Amino acid sequence: MAEFTFWIVVGITLGSAFMVVQSKNLVYSAYALLFSFIGVTGLYVFLWADFIAVVQVVVYVGGILILIIFGIMLTNKITSVNISHASVQKKVGAVAVLGMAFLLGYMVISTPWVTLANVEPAETTAAIGRLLMMDYLLPFEVASLLLLGALIGATTLSRKED
Amino acid sequence: MDSLTNYLFVSVVLFALGLYGVITRRNGVAVLMGVELILNSANINFLAFARFGGMNMAGHVFALFVIVLAAAEAAVALAIIINIFNNFHTINVDDVSELKQ
Repeated sequence: MAEFTFWIVVGITLGSAFMVVQSKNLVYSAYALLFSFIGVTGLYVFLWADFIAVVQVVVYVGGILILIIFGIMLTNKITSVNISHASVQKKVGAVAVLGMAFLLGYMVISTPWVTLANVEPAETTAAIGRLLMMDYLLPFEVASLLLLGALIGATTLSRKED
Repeated sequence: MDSLTNYLFVSVVLFALGLYGVITRRNGVAVLMGVELILNSANINFLAFARFGGMNMAGHVFALFVIVLAAAEAAVALAIIINIFNNFHTINVDDVSELKQ
């Protein structure tokens, strides 16, 4: 049953990701991206990453996707019903990307990965918090500065000059 | 489902789709969507190696930092795209090739 659910989640993720890159309508792409993010959240749950899964829903679905939809609405006239966007050089792009994907797939198959036996942790939040406050304190603070910079930069960039 | 290569293959396909979006799309917002797919595929890799490589929680912390960077990048990129739209009245990234209009 878990196996079946896993492949359903993989199908949702990759199918919606395909819709994102090939849909003619930009709004359809945005909604397909929503399902792709939710599918990736399911994969995180399968990977025992409960905290990251919740963060994925809050930040990606609740934040980044809303930003993207705002971006679509602000850069198109609302009255233009057909917000289409074309793709260029589809064939060349597909060949290049397929070649790269086959190379990466070959690498995945041919590498002898070392896997260790694990037991599922009861919760990952405490361990992540401990790591953030001890081993990764400096990157944590740098990330907070980066977020502050992005916040100020985004408001400064998009403000009307007067 | 309990095998590392399954997750790596999903991540490879997601990365390829994201890259395809980045190189074929000409709308700035659509390029940004491709970048988000690529970042998600990288995150799947981090968490897969954390899960199958001895439950090393550093992978989770790294995935968290990737999400933080993605949020900052999306905010700044959309501010730039809205600025480009106000100046050029298009967000086709091929038409925006001049530094000064």
